[in-house]
Amino acid sequence: MLLGKLSLDALPLHEPIPLITSIVLVLGILGILAWITAKGSWPYLWNEWITSVDHKRIGVMYFMLGFVMLLRGFSDAIMMRAQQALAYNAPGYLPPEHYDQIFSAHGSIMIFFVAMPFMIGLMNFVVPLQIGARDVAFPTFNSVSLWLTATGVLLANVSLAVGEFARTGWLAYPPLSELKFSPGVGVDYYLWSLQLSGIGTLMSGINLVTTILKMRAPGMSYTRMPVFCWTALASNLLIVAAFPILTATFAMLLLDRYLGFHFFTNNFGGNPMMYINLIWAWGHPEVYILILPAFGVFSEVISTFSGKPLFGYRSMVAATMAICILSFMVWLHHFFTMGAGADVNGFFGIMTMIIAVPTGVKVFNWLFTMYGGRIRFEVPILWAIGFMVTFVIGGMTGVLMAVPPVDFVLHNSLFLIAHFHNVVIGGVVFGAFAGYTYWFPKAFGFRLHEGLGKAAFWFWLIGFYVAFMPLYVLGLMGMTRRMQHYDVADWQPWLIVAACGAVLILCGIICHIAQLVVSIRTRAQRMDDTGDPWDGRTLEWSTTSPPPAFNFAVVPDVRGEEAYWGAKRKAIQAGRLAEEPKYEAIEMPRNSPTGFVAAFFATITGFALIWHIWWMVLMGLFGAFATFVAFAWRDVEEFEVPAEEVARMDRERRQARLVIVNPELRA
Amino acid sequence: MSAATSTAAAAQNPHRLGYRGLGPHPSDHGRSPKRIIVGYGFWIFLLSDFVMFSGFFAAFAVLSGANAGGPSGRELFDIHNIGVETGCLLLSSVACGMASLAVDARNAVWTQLMLMVTGLLGLVFIVLEVREFSGLIDQGAGPQRSAFLSSFFALVGCHGLHVSAGLLWLGTMMAQIYAKGFTPNMIRRFMCFSLFWHALDIIWVGVFTVVYLMGVAR
Amino acid sequence: MSQFEEAHSWPGEIAPGDHHGEDGSFAAGIRGYLIGFALSVVLTVASFSIVGTKLIWAPGIPVALAVLAVAQMGVHLVFFLHINTGPDSTNNVLALAFGVLIVAMVVGGSLWIMYHLNSNMMPMNALMDLHTQH
Repeated sequence: MLLGKLSLDALPLHEPIPLITSIVLVLGILGILAWITAKGSWPYLWNEWITSVDHKRIGVMYFMLGFVMLLRGFSDAIMMRAQQALAYNAPGYLPPEHYDQIFSAHGSIMIFFVAMPFMIGLMNFVVPLQIGARDVAFPTFNSVSLWLTATGVLLANVSLAVGEFARTGWLAYPPLSELKFSPGVGVDYYLWSLQLSGIGTLMSGINLVTTILKMRAPGMSYTRMPVFCWTALASNLLIVAAFPILTATFAMLLLDRYLGFHFFTNNFGGNPMMYINLIWAWGHPEVYILILPAFGVFSEVISTFSGKPLFGYRSMVAATMAICILSFMVWLHHFFTMGAGADVNGFFGIMTMIIAVPTGVKVFNWLFTMYGGRIRFEVPILWAIGFMVTFVIGGMTGVLMAVPPVDFVLHNSLFLIAHFHNVVIGGVVFGAFAGYTYWFPKAFGFRLHEGLGKAAFWFWLIGFYVAFMPLYVLGLMGMTRRMQHYDVADWQPWLIVAACGAVLILCGIICHIAQLVVSIRTRAQRMDDTGDPWDGRTLEWSTTSPPPAFNFAVVPDVRGEEAYWGAKRKAIQAGRLAEEPKYEAIEMPRNSPTGFVAAFFATITGFALIWHIWWMVLMGLFGAFATFVAFAWRDVEEFEVPAEEVARMDRERRQARLVIVNPELRA
Repeated sequence: MSAATSTAAAAQNPHRLGYRGLGPHPSDHGRSPKRIIVGYGFWIFLLSDFVMFSGFFAAFAVLSGANAGGPSGRELFDIHNIGVETGCLLLSSVACGMASLAVDARNAVWTQLMLMVTGLLGLVFIVLEVREFSGLIDQGAGPQRSAFLSSFFALVGCHGLHVSAGLLWLGTMMAQIYAKGFTPNMIRRFMCFSLFWHALDIIWVGVFTVVYLMGVAR
Repeated sequence: MSQFEEAHSWPGEIAPGDHHGEDGSFAAGIRGYLIGFALSVVLTVASFSIVGTKLIWAPGIPVALAVLAVAQMGVHLVFFLHINTGPDSTNNVLALAFGVLIVAMVVGGSLWIMYHLNSNMMPMNALMDLHTQH
């Protein structure tokens, strides 16, 4: 009663792999906490990061969260590849109950806790800087969003040590996910962790839409916004439109599981197909939520490193908004085989093919941007070129499967798996890495080590092809997804090759980690003194690296497109900086523990709901409510940065920039 | 012609797309005032809430025929009760409108009075709805009986939960206005509450039409 | 700062739910809400009464109810939420239109899809027979 369904049975004492992993993770986390305590860094971490409402800090924390979860999701991937390489007419080393949890966790973590945080992190960091704003529209809610995402991460990972995860795949289709067929806590972990982080994501969507529409600097009309901001707008509009559907659908499944409702059960009139319909009405926009910011990153990177303005700005914007609307009209292509009939299948098949057109427009615009430019082959543009080749291949296999009769053969085969990894890795992951390398100097004040960055790129690129091209072949040979073992001899060689590809990707990840460590150690050699290490074209490059909390000493007055580029060219021609502006005091939002504390109570509530500890649920809900009331009751919301301080910081910035207009100073 | 100059030319020419008109353009001013930012952000939240309700509406529409041999809407719904509930919610919306006029006039007494009326009418709505639900459950027509009833309880219950959350918010806000007066913060929050409350009435129009009236008419 | 915070409108835009004329007459404000209330009552009573009567051809009743409901939602939007198509409200109306579009696509699309899926599915009794056969 006191602990609901929770008991010592929840610990994986008889399963070696989860047990050892959990022990190692717990010891590792305790070790990190001990190290922080020993260094006395808690006040710094609490004041500067955990309670921060600064979009730049929040963006960095999102990205870090994504990277840590990439390690977890990738471990799942390596385990699956190893299992499948071994399990020809053999049981492999992962029993089915465990293997099923691994592929479910892999998908859930990669989509919700890696790809989303990467993209949201980049958008959080960059968008206010690019539109000339001081922060997002609702800074404290931004913090709440971040920490609710962390709540989801925590709950999903706790399932490794306490209880189990879902065995249903990353979308938890009923009737398998109903109580009758999944009586354990696994699906509950899945549902609550995603519901809670979904609230955070929805809030983030509202925040960024409002920021982009209402907080642009004077003179920055819609047609002067960088393309990254347009793709961020489209992506966040999709978040606002699609995530509520996920919330509703998961709520219905939770009602089925907790209160015996019959939305999706097999009996009493329930309709499992309704779940699949609704979940994909969310799921398809979700993948566009992920890819659109990546497209935006590439637009920025390609134009910067080609030294040319982006080709076809207006068609880029039109294509982006077309993709935004069309992404809500294709969702049935995820279940062509469920039996809607030829009319319905035909409509959605054609719509799916149509949505490839604006993407094609974008690819041509990127190519035309590069054509005639003076390309500097830095790491970000390597990712961009790798993306263009890889994503186009993945997109083409998608259009192939958009033909319903073809999909009837390929649905849920490894061909499908290869397709979506092709577009997600080639698009979202490569975009995340390009954005990471491109904006890292802005965030931290020094560039990343190039050699290791290039090594990471090549390992990832080659590793991706070695890992996933065999899966296309296997799909055509008839292998279905999620197989724990198989008895077709012809499949095994391809699966072994795929496992080798996964090892190559592992090398890429190791290179990234090494790059970060080495870059930090040797940062003095790669300092970004001016704030504009790449000869950038957009407003964020006019600030110092890292920017001050208030971003701009004086809100920029935007004159033309590529506002910063124009001003820079003018200054270089004149041989001196623009006149010093008049400095005024700046009001900034105060840091607040609201986000962290609210998420703390959300985590307690989620855990209690999973284990049916009802008194703890009430306590958690009350705590969350009290946190919001406390936040709403505070009297002082802002603090002031005095004009002298602003002036001092900005004069330092201007001093550092003299070298841009007077190159001879560089010696 | 480069994009920059063609934009500038379009801005002046009334026959071109991109014509900026004679007056100042919103984007010339930079960041909007806080009231507009907060109002717009809350508006976007309300639209996301509409989408969430549409998920429940879609499920209801699909499952409304799935009685599993149990009772249907026509046998269960008490239209008179729904009429009273509708009246309560509509009147509470009007009261909320009166409250917003009182806030504009910075009249604390009338504000609190109208908010109290709004809250009481909302409370009557909830009490009636809870009575309806427990009545149905007592007759064996609870949400576990059939998919139709599950979707009914979920959709109408979701609306009822939103109204209850609104009442909680209302109470907290009345306390805050009493304690702090008409600060810009409180005025903005009241604006958000008023948007929320009116939106709930709009959703109720959908609920009573689709669930109750169409359920009885079929 | 306070003037910046309290501005109800800005050249070219207004917060959703606000109306020009907070400086204007109190009476005009009340009138707006009362007209909205009266129209809503009329539309509500109309909805409730056509359900039982023979005034409308039976298969047309759901359509009539839908029309009345949309009309009443419009009355609420205009009279209670002060949504209008003036140039100051463009952003607000566009956002609303986007939301309505999404709702229409989700609900309409789901109904179309589920109707087809259901009609292609095995009838429930035969399905339950299969269940019990194992």
